[in-house]
Amino acid sequence: MEPLERYRPIIDDFDAFLAACERSLGNAVRVNTIKASVERTLAALAEEGVAYEQADWNPRVLRLETDSPGSTWTSFHGFTTGQEEVSAVPPIVLDPEPGERVWDCCAAPGSKATQIAALMDDRGTVVANDNNLGRISALRFNAERLGATSLAVTNDDARNYSLERFDFDRFDRTLVDAPCSCEGTIRKNPDALDNWSEGHISSVAGIQKGIIRRAIQATREGGTVVYSTCTFAPEENEAVVQHALDEEGCRVVDFDLALEHSPGLTAWDGDAFDSSLENAARIYPHQNDTGGFFVAKLEVTAE
Amino acid sequence: MSDGRESDERETNDGQRFDRLPATDAERTVDGRATREEVVDLFADRFGIPPETFDDYTFWEKGAGKIWIYGGEAPTPLRIEAIGMTCLRTRQEHWKPTTDFVQRFGHHATECVIELDREQARRFATGEDQELEWWDGDWGYLIAAHEVGVGPEGRPVRDGDAVDGSELVPLGVGLYVHGELRSMVPKGRQRDLES
Repeated sequence: MEPLERYRPIIDDFDAFLAACERSLGNAVRVNTIKASVERTLAALAEEGVAYEQADWNPRVLRLETDSPGSTWTSFHGFTTGQEEVSAVPPIVLDPEPGERVWDCCAAPGSKATQIAALMDDRGTVVANDNNLGRISALRFNAERLGATSLAVTNDDARNYSLERFDFDRFDRTLVDAPCSCEGTIRKNPDALDNWSEGHISSVAGIQKGIIRRAIQATREGGTVVYSTCTFAPEENEAVVQHALDEEGCRVVDFDLALEHSPGLTAWDGDAFDSSLENAARIYPHQNDTGGFFVAKLEVTAE
Repeated sequence: MSDGRESDERETNDGQRFDRLPATDAERTVDGRATREEVVDLFADRFGIPPETFDDYTFWEKGAGKIWIYGGEAPTPLRIEAIGMTCLRTRQEHWKPTTDFVQRFGHHATECVIELDREQARRFATGEDQELEWWDGDWGYLIAAHEVGVGPEGRPVRDGDAVDGSELVPLGVGLYVHGELRSMVPKGRQRDLES
């Protein structure tokens, strides 16, 4: 937990934060409404004798009281899919509508891409991209298991992504769930901090900046880009969004989020960020007993 | 689908790219490729799935005889990893629907649906073959289904094209021959479940 000490000045009740990071996380699943309603899914779980708790902020997120959430009838049918509670936040903030064109540019293994398809009633075009061919097979498997017919899978580097392969030249919305140092996943993965270094953060931040710029360029004026990571490092969060504000036509916008969270930072380590970054959300493990996440919502403007 | 080709010019299937299925036989330019009409007719004739179920979908071939169903936008041909889901294997004597397709669209079926009790469903999900002498319908590929959870009254308002169209929920594809139902659930989708 040593690397997390650097966040002591910015996190309220830091000791509770550290204590939460040391507790392991239970099994959360998302109801896949492409294949079943929430009501049917809950009835099926009850029939099987699997106890659940429904998240207050999102009726489609369930905490299951079982050690093997994959060995349930609801999982076999694709009614449910394993997804950490806080990982269901970015697609909700993206708020896609049926019929739209949406790009999930770092999509594997596909939890959020299939969640986006479900939020669109599986109508429209969801382009799920990932640069890692090995992870593409997991993405494809999940998309088919969950019955997402609106989803197309591509394997490219998001930083220089070409839309020439499609019949359209801009997306309505884009999710950048960026590769990151994953500090916020420590409760799921106790090894998450093993290779932590400031050098790693700095190199991954460079990639993040390249991806967010391309995401904004590939999204139409007035469209939405959501930037998220599962890490606490401001270098990978506010500083990346600040870079997008400096280099591309966009602004940070406010959004409602029914989970407890803290505002984005406007300063870190001698750097100042635009005051609009207060509209971003920092979700800490001790606030809702979840993993950690950062989410910022951008509107694409004229250059 | 006029693309300036001579009508007698034939192409071969390129297994590395997605090609949209021709609407009908008259528009076919690749030997052996299924047509949209044949695919929709198969689902209607064999399983009673209304053809209009697929009005908003396109069908594609990538890989020899592997047919995909897609609801989004894309030009043809297209070189990407996947669009929508695989739905059917053609280029063999009996066309075989996929488990994932049947789980997604099988609730529209009215024919060749074999209803299993919970223990039979459990064995089906693990990939086991089982003697089911009581089936007196057609032999060949069937949709195996069982009752799970509540019926259509639980349907969501903005929750998508859920399967809650019927009481029965499809498990996958089975092959019925000689009094035996063989589970076609692929290995990666098989599960050990409680009955």
